[in-house]
Amino acid sequence: MEKSSVKKIKSVFYGLFSGLDRQLGLILLGLAATGFFTFLSSSQNTPALITDELRNLALSFAVMWVVSRVPPKWLEMAAVWIYSIGIALLIAVAVFGLIKKGARRWINLGIVIQPSELMKIAMPLMLAWYFHKREGIQNAWDYAVAAIILAIPVFLIARQPDLGTALLVFAAGLYVIILAGLPWKWILPFIALGVIGILLIIIFGSTICAQDVIWPLVHNYQKNRICTLLDPSSDPLGKGFHTIQSMIAIGSGGFFGKGWFQGTQAHLEFIPEKHTDFVFAVFSEEFGFIGNLILLGLFFALIKRGLAISASAPNLFTRLLGASVTMIFFTYAFVNIGMVSGLLPVVGVPLPFISYGGTALVTLGFGAGILMSIHRHRRLVQS
Amino acid sequence: MVSFKNSNLSSFQERIHIATLFVTFCFLLLVARLAWLQLVSHNKYHLLAESNRIALVPAPANRGLIIDRNGIVIGRNYSALTLDVNAGEVKGNVDQLIDDLSQIVLISPRDRRNFKRSLEDSRNMGTFPLRSMLTEAETARFMANRYRFPGVEIRARSFREYPYNELGSHLLGYIGRVSQRDKERMQTEIEGAKADDPDALQTSFLSGIQYVGKIGLEQSYESVLRGVPGYDQVEITAGGKPVRTLASSPSVPGKNVILSVDIKLQYLVEQLYGNFRGAFVAIEPETGDVLAFVSKPNFNPNDFVEGIDSVTWKELNDSPQKPLYNRPLKGIYPPGSTYKPFMALGALENKKRTPSQSISDPGYFEFGNHTFRDDKKGGHGVVDMQKSIVESCDTYYYLLARDMGVNMMHDFMKPLGFGQITGIDLNGEAKGVLPSTEWKKNTFKKPEQQKWYEGETISLGIGQGYNSFTILQLAHAMANVVNNGIVMKPHLVKAVEDPFTRKRTLTTPKESYRINFNQENIEVIKKAMVEVNNSGTSATAFKGTSYTVGGKTGTSQVFSLNSKEYNHSSTAEFLRDHALYVAFAPAEKPTIVIALVVENAGFGAQYAAPIARKALDFYIEGKWPKEVPEWKRAP
Repeated sequence: MEKSSVKKIKSVFYGLFSGLDRQLGLILLGLAATGFFTFLSSSQNTPALITDELRNLALSFAVMWVVSRVPPKWLEMAAVWIYSIGIALLIAVAVFGLIKKGARRWINLGIVIQPSELMKIAMPLMLAWYFHKREGIQNAWDYAVAAIILAIPVFLIARQPDLGTALLVFAAGLYVIILAGLPWKWILPFIALGVIGILLIIIFGSTICAQDVIWPLVHNYQKNRICTLLDPSSDPLGKGFHTIQSMIAIGSGGFFGKGWFQGTQAHLEFIPEKHTDFVFAVFSEEFGFIGNLILLGLFFALIKRGLAISASAPNLFTRLLGASVTMIFFTYAFVNIGMVSGLLPVVGVPLPFISYGGTALVTLGFGAGILMSIHRHRRLVQS
Repeated sequence: MVSFKNSNLSSFQERIHIATLFVTFCFLLLVARLAWLQLVSHNKYHLLAESNRIALVPAPANRGLIIDRNGIVIGRNYSALTLDVNAGEVKGNVDQLIDDLSQIVLISPRDRRNFKRSLEDSRNMGTFPLRSMLTEAETARFMANRYRFPGVEIRARSFREYPYNELGSHLLGYIGRVSQRDKERMQTEIEGAKADDPDALQTSFLSGIQYVGKIGLEQSYESVLRGVPGYDQVEITAGGKPVRTLASSPSVPGKNVILSVDIKLQYLVEQLYGNFRGAFVAIEPETGDVLAFVSKPNFNPNDFVEGIDSVTWKELNDSPQKPLYNRPLKGIYPPGSTYKPFMALGALENKKRTPSQSISDPGYFEFGNHTFRDDKKGGHGVVDMQKSIVESCDTYYYLLARDMGVNMMHDFMKPLGFGQITGIDLNGEAKGVLPSTEWKKNTFKKPEQQKWYEGETISLGIGQGYNSFTILQLAHAMANVVNNGIVMKPHLVKAVEDPFTRKRTLTTPKESYRINFNQENIEVIKKAMVEVNNSGTSATAFKGTSYTVGGKTGTSQVFSLNSKEYNHSSTAEFLRDHALYVAFAPAEKPTIVIALVVENAGFGAQYAAPIARKALDFYIEGKWPKEVPEWKRAP
């Protein structure tokens, strides 16, 4: 190649990436590349999906690129609107949404969309906006208002039913509330309660998982997921199959892994949902403990960088928004890996930037874009 | 530890710091979990992954042949095409698939039921036959439509066949699909096996064994006929679809068994019985080879191989003729007058009579208040031992029984094999009853029943009373006498043959034990029995033989007729007497001994003796009776 054309490409390249946070960009590139290579292996028998995956990655990048150029001020102004549209769509879903696999989660607006996905971004936007508005005059009642803002969409999503997404939306909002300064004396009792609850479930697992015991507040299939987590061997071919097979895949990978394209669990179809929610099992089997350390390192770097960007953000809105978006990335990664490795019950949460799936990649691109934007506009806002 | 002392601090930086700690903690938790799975438990999960992906596909061993003493194959295998469905690859409704397939090949409701049961048992993993024995036309039709049915394929499988159908069904038995009980039995067989036995069953073989001998020789020689199943180690998908073969170990075919039975003789006798029920056993006395082992009526063992249909099963099971009942092995009959030569020998051996010692027979014998009748009105006059056998004089034996007593009779008859398990190579042999005071004490519960009454001794002398034996025992006892007291265990299989080298290993047992008879006494009995066929009860049946035959007729009462005259034609068929016969030939050096019963036929001389005559004519002279269709070798 000629030197001049190399230069030309270089300048276009720099133009394209100017203003993007280089560290964050490299981390995301690393994750996307890991996701793509894992996808090549997991989709060996369905090559048609590769173009889809490339398109999704490109779309995600485009969304990130566009959002990174949007000043945070605009997001601040749009926050209430986005939240309101989200709530309106959720109500519309509840009234005339599409039913697939027994759940009413989708709505047809020319294209079929899943409004609960929008809420993952709308929720932190709205709460960050609210606390930003109340900055300095904040009192205990603000937390009650925040709780209502949080509770409405979470309730609407949970009754679709889609407990996984409801929990993620709830988490996204909760991060904002906690980061906004929710007093520790209110947080600690809940942490204690949660710890006690988990301990109780583990200790009395065999009793409360008996066939005829009905749990309050949750569906039977949700109870089963928790129960099979406690003892996957109780139903090795049924509900426990996914967890057992993904644990076998991870464990059999060993220190160095079986090698790219060499995973028997993945290629002989023992891993369920191997492109999407259980893609970590495929990665783990082929790249081993070493690969996992690198992947976890990338995620940790992503979160560290996201929190660092937020910490140096100019105002409360961007601080809260950036930090909660970062914590959503963390939650996705932790819940997904915990689920696939048998630590957490099976909930439909993708592994950020690794799992196949357009909607999730667009949401994640949007989130990454917000971080980029905050970084890019940190001085502009200050001045 | 993070200090929360400053709880009202709401500094954002502080919270970010705590969030970082929280994230770090969670990530360390994940690292610990992954280290546990991938480093600590790696070996366990590695094995699980291997056993996930590798399936052992059994390659069933060819079952050994069953061959008669002259090389005629009566149990064999043939290969046929079956329609196999891989359950893992069936998309959608199984019933729909079967409906679609039945447009092309015939699928009976029974095929459908069996297939769906296999599916349920296996939780929809693996390959199962939907239809067996496809015709050429069906095969061609399926191959043309094959693309429509992924996961369905045609495979060659080996099937068991008994080419002569009903012939010898009770000695052959049949194989059938392995049941849960068979599996449990094999499991105990494994546990009991010696560690160094190379032919011993192993747990890993169990899944490769699809058929197992259920009764008859197929059952008792199961471990010889079965062979060792082989395996293909196949990599499979979660759906059970084979990807590639990693390794394979070939199967070792089962060994052939060579029978002592002459299947032509068996065929002739089965034909001679016609519609009569009964049992017929022929033994070569010198070796214990069973030459024929007939149970009539019989059944077609081919019906059972792939699972019998309920209509045929009900028919066989409910029939008053009891075709599934192995009569020579399990049926116990009073021996009637066929017992008399053995009684006479016992008298001589125990010095209770001499050959020339005579009694005067008035035609009855009174004991206590009871009169024991002779079937000849007015009696036989002066009767010595030979005449008592030739004319079958009952009174002679009433007296003899009284003089010997029940326990002396028991002690004499026991080594001959009466009321004892002969040890023939079939399972389920009946023991029968050889009475003694001891036996009665052990058998009955009430004290008054346990006591032996002298009156009960008398009818034992003519083979009635508590006496009841199998026809196999009767033939065996006769063989022991004409073999001069050398007891050979009767057996249906005489050798096991390697299917490749054709090397035969004899399985015939050595002599079991020897009874010390006085040779002269045996000659007296044999001479009297030869005379039976010259001038006695069965002289008509044996007129004009070129060889000498010893014989004795018998008629055993099905139930007591008290003192009324027995009228054959007016008695309901199932209440009529059984006709019995024992024989040996040639008398000088017997090569064959026969015992037989024709159930509910009446007098032995009239019904049983002619069957023995024709069987002997064929066995000794090769003469085939005109009324019986020629033997034809199966194609």
